[in-house]
Amino acid sequence: MSEQAFAPEYLVALFDDPRRLVSAVRAVRARGLRVYDVYTPHPVHHLDDAMGLTRSRLPLATLAGGVLGLVSALALELYVSVYDWPLNVGGKPDNSMLAFIPIAFELTILCAGLATVAALLLRCRLFPTPHARVVVAAATDDQFALVLRWRHTAFDPQVERLLYDQGARDVSRKAIAR
Amino acid sequence: MTPSALAPVSAQKPHPAPRLTPPWIAADVSARQITDEVMRPLVSRPGAAWLASFAVALLALAVGVASVAYEVSTGVGVWGLNKTVGWAFDITNFVFWVGIGHAGTLISAILLLLRQQWRTSISRSAEAMTIFAVLCAAVFPLIHMGRPWLAFWVIPYPNARGPLWVNFRSPLLWDVFAINTYLTISLVFWYLGMIPDFATLRDRTAAGSRRLVYSLLSLGWNGSARTWSRYETATTILAGLATPLVISVHTIVSMDFATSVLPGWHATIFPPYFVAGAVFSGFGMVLTLLIVTRTVMQLEHYITLRHLEVMAKVMLLTGSIVGFAYATEFFNAWYGGNVYERYAFVNRATGPYAWCFWIMVGCNVTAPQLIWIRRVRRNVAALFVLSILVNVGMWFERFVIIVTSLHRSYLPSSWTMYQPTLIEVGTLIGSFGLFFTCFLAFIRVLPMIAMWEVKAGTGHAAEPTHE
Repeated sequence: MSEQAFAPEYLVALFDDPRRLVSAVRAVRARGLRVYDVYTPHPVHHLDDAMGLTRSRLPLATLAGGVLGLVSALALELYVSVYDWPLNVGGKPDNSMLAFIPIAFELTILCAGLATVAALLLRCRLFPTPHARVVVAAATDDQFALVLRWRHTAFDPQVERLLYDQGARDVSRKAIAR
Repeated sequence: MTPSALAPVSAQKPHPAPRLTPPWIAADVSARQITDEVMRPLVSRPGAAWLASFAVALLALAVGVASVAYEVSTGVGVWGLNKTVGWAFDITNFVFWVGIGHAGTLISAILLLLRQQWRTSISRSAEAMTIFAVLCAAVFPLIHMGRPWLAFWVIPYPNARGPLWVNFRSPLLWDVFAINTYLTISLVFWYLGMIPDFATLRDRTAAGSRRLVYSLLSLGWNGSARTWSRYETATTILAGLATPLVISVHTIVSMDFATSVLPGWHATIFPPYFVAGAVFSGFGMVLTLLIVTRTVMQLEHYITLRHLEVMAKVMLLTGSIVGFAYATEFFNAWYGGNVYERYAFVNRATGPYAWCFWIMVGCNVTAPQLIWIRRVRRNVAALFVLSILVNVGMWFERFVIIVTSLHRSYLPSSWTMYQPTLIEVGTLIGSFGLFFTCFLAFIRVLPMIAMWEVKAGTGHAAEPTHE
């Protein structure tokens, strides 16, 4: 079977109720089928677990950003106040480390926050585009879509039957523009 | 994955017992209906009430622009400041507006971490309020510089002026970093929260320029569960970062005063006292805004009486903390035995600005105590009046702290009075104009209720939230 011919083929099952969606995902995976993706209007409880998604590594980006912010803030403050422009302010020592903490704290938070968001956008490939790859338009409104892919799963009548049994409102084959 | 997962839905593990309290939004509101109702203000023509409010806000903004233009072109001398009171109306307004912003972050970040369901329908507008309030606040230090076009000098960068660096030991510079970080993180958090809603709007809008704008803003969001999973991680992290941030911001603002040696300012209680006051005033402003908005935009079943009641309770709590802080300050002034400190507080309560002090006490300490009465906190009109009183009281609090401490300090020969000029009053009016212009525009061009969060919380959509 040539992959070319069937590459854009998807099987889309629509659900009204997120609980049925979660149990359908569990059922599909229990059958040994691979879930291409699930599209929902809001985060659904237990779906991560049902899909077998692992914990995100985003906190590493937060940590990296935070460390970068902290180190660069302290380095800048020390360089400026101790080496480049030592200024006697009320007889305080050049290295007034305690007074440097607030700005170091703010820059830690700033860099950690921006790094987290940047990592999220990069990892999820979210960027301004006029042509969003929308699989099921109603999934941003009130529908919950479970999508299987031909390449992963040859569709047989039994798969569609399984999805209907799990409470799907509609199961259809669809080509999705890449 | 166990084979039992193939069993029909009814055989799934039993659902936990339903919560004893009813959901925050009626369970019969469908997800489609939420989208429709939140979209309505964005696609319909503005009503007379909105147009009238917008016209008033623009007028106030114009007054502010004229006042600032006159001040900048003439000099800071057009304000009523003198060598004793070198700081008054502008810094009062600055602290007032920064404080307003804090409720937004509290609602969107701290209540998210605490998994408070009721925040969902008010978080978006509270975050918007934060951003607009911080913008209003930022105006005041800028125009007090006299030459605001040189404001970039407060940013440390290698320059041709020496290099002339900033003084990292100054709380005013800490403020620069705190406010800018706060504004940036709040903006990012606000926008991040709107991405799924922009996608909803995009998919509900016919092709055209409006859809193109929503498309670009939605960053190609398609509701993928993998994206949602990471998105929830990221928002939790951001909430975790915003929580210490918001506390640090008003802490640093309070250090503008507390690190000085002026009686009435030099107090270790200032940071917690300021943070509580900020949350207090912020909730006052949230209540004011939301009571008007829910009525004008007909969103009463999203922003319900229960929401208002909970916010009133937060106001009661923080108002009581503020009242306790006032009492503590007076106790310390008496117990500390320092004549200057003691005089600062005697002067505050009985001196020429005593009327400001008593307005502050009446509005901030006495009035909110009415919220103990159930009938008062379930009465929208009463809550509206109380929220206005809190705003007035908190503005006066900052004025009292700043002006009464400055105008009579150590050296009686320097004692003097301060009176704001019309230009300063005009600038204050202008800041309200800026705030309301932004907020009124916001409720017409952006989804003012976080659709996806409300959908996740309604009975129709998901299992009861519990962990």
